[in-house]
Amino acid sequence: MQTETVHITPYRTYAWVLIALLSFTFLTITVTWIDLSAITVFVALTIASVKAYIVLTYFMHLKFESSLFRVFVIMVLAIYVLVIAFTLSDYLFR
Amino acid sequence: MTEEKTHHPEPSYLVDTGKYKGLMAWLTSTDHKRIGMMYMYAMMVFFVVGVLLGELMRLELFRPGQQFYGPQTYNGLFTIHGIIMIFTVVIPGLAAVFGNFSMPIMIGAKDVAFPRLNLFSFYLYILGAAIALSSQFMGNGPPDTGWTFYAPYSIQTHTNVVAAVFGAFVLGFSSILTGLNFIVTMHRMRAPGMTFFKMPLFPWSLYATAWIQVLATPIVGITLLMIVAERWLRIGFFDPSLGGDPVLYQHLFWIYSHPAVYIMILPAMGVITEIIPTFAQRKVFGYKAIAISSLAIALVGYFVWAHHMYTSGMSPTARWIFSLLTFLVAVPSAIKVFNWVTTMYKGSIDVKPPFLFALGFIFLFMIGGMTGLSLGALATNIHVHDTAYVVAHFHYIVFGGVGFAFFAAIHYWYPKMYGRMYNFKRANWSFAFLFAGFNLLYFPQFIIGIMGMPRRYFDYLPQFTFGMQLSFFGGILLLIGIVLMLTNLFSKKGAKAPDNPWGGKTYEWTIPSPPPVENFEVMPEMGENEQPYDYK
Repeated sequence: MQTETVHITPYRTYAWVLIALLSFTFLTITVTWIDLSAITVFVALTIASVKAYIVLTYFMHLKFESSLFRVFVIMVLAIYVLVIAFTLSDYLFR
Repeated sequence: MTEEKTHHPEPSYLVDTGKYKGLMAWLTSTDHKRIGMMYMYAMMVFFVVGVLLGELMRLELFRPGQQFYGPQTYNGLFTIHGIIMIFTVVIPGLAAVFGNFSMPIMIGAKDVAFPRLNLFSFYLYILGAAIALSSQFMGNGPPDTGWTFYAPYSIQTHTNVVAAVFGAFVLGFSSILTGLNFIVTMHRMRAPGMTFFKMPLFPWSLYATAWIQVLATPIVGITLLMIVAERWLRIGFFDPSLGGDPVLYQHLFWIYSHPAVYIMILPAMGVITEIIPTFAQRKVFGYKAIAISSLAIALVGYFVWAHHMYTSGMSPTARWIFSLLTFLVAVPSAIKVFNWVTTMYKGSIDVKPPFLFALGFIFLFMIGGMTGLSLGALATNIHVHDTAYVVAHFHYIVFGGVGFAFFAAIHYWYPKMYGRMYNFKRANWSFAFLFAGFNLLYFPQFIIGIMGMPRRYFDYLPQFTFGMQLSFFGGILLLIGIVLMLTNLFSKKGAKAPDNPWGGKTYEWTIPSPPPVENFEVMPEMGENEQPYDYK
């Protein structure tokens, strides 16, 4: 088995991540007051995706782990996209 | 056969060496072998209960019309039969029992990566099973939805659906945690020198299974919670009267429950891949093809779910896409079958009970697989959807496949588990009864299914009587086979087992029978030129 270096994230980084997540949460609530009609869901999901990216990168240490973990996450996302696409092959063509 | 050691300095895992003795020592043990055995005992109890419930259904169906109980009882029986057999027996099945017992040894590890999490998974399994079974005795009577809990009926019925659904939800967590544990174990704890492509093929099948457990199970968890939310909070996810879409439920349910079939069958295939080379004394044919086909089945099997829904009102586009994908998943399954058969070719075959059960598996799995193709084709599916043909098909896969592989596995690893042998003659007889009984029970269901007998019906037209009665007698033979097998294995102690009774080459056959607590006295290393199935 390979030996690994352990990365210790400074508190300051976590503090910035916390501030970023709170800001995006505030933004999520704020945009609900604005009528974005057709793109409402798109905007909400985009903000949620950015938040998920930050959590994965810093809180879940993906930024500091070996590329194997990144491959796993990409694989999971690819499966997720395919599941949605195949489900839509029903809903969009009924 | 290899030489038998008579003295082993380390105490076996069956000897209580810790703080507690007796039952408490087992219930608090984090030893992967003991946890595997506890799963096995629990599963056997559930299996026998499930079989008896099945026999009760066959008894009622012996003649047309009502014989012993009414239609509501029948609906409750097939529901709990399905819940027990699917969620507490075949889904955890071989992975929980033999994955726990054998996999860490086969990869040269002392235990799984997270032993305490492993024990926690077992307790979640027991808790989930208890909650699911409590649905029979609480509230407004046993659920009558079938194990699939199809909406909108599962939203509307007054029976105790919530408990059963919540039980399945908890069982799902057990499955996810076991999968996670196995993935980490196989990534981190393989013996030095054992690369992924030198790992035995049973662990390979568990690796593919574990990914499905981790990625697919959360979807059914959420879906089941959505049913609870809809029943209690009246949120309209699935019920059209609340603005929901019942087909969405079917999508979400089968996105998990079809991959779940591969959670069941992949470890079964893995066990067969261990048994065939051992009893043919021949290097497994197409090692890499078998390993990769496990991953291919896991991946493609993830995207075939809607073949359960051809008649549910899906778009024609979705129907042909899912039909195509269904045919694709048959390819890696067939690769395995060809490899097993080719491994046996010119081998020195030793027909011992585990090998007989493995042959039984291949035969029954092939019938199950080939009839699956006729169900996967859009045109033929319309005719046999929701008929007894489907009942026969999935029993050939789930019982003929997973069940027989389980029996093969227990006869294979029994000497390692208990340090004792069993009576081969009785084991052969039990195989004969099980095999004959199984075919007599389920093959007529193909015929009456094609003739038009619907599944889940309490009553039937007179032309189906002969087929139903054949099935009843098949059920009796099957029951005799099960009793013979269990009494042979568990009623009395056999002769002391050697460390390697079958001449196997994987690591579990290099250690004492039964294994010591930490498996290896000297941790194994795999040489550069060593292979997992190094038969001459």
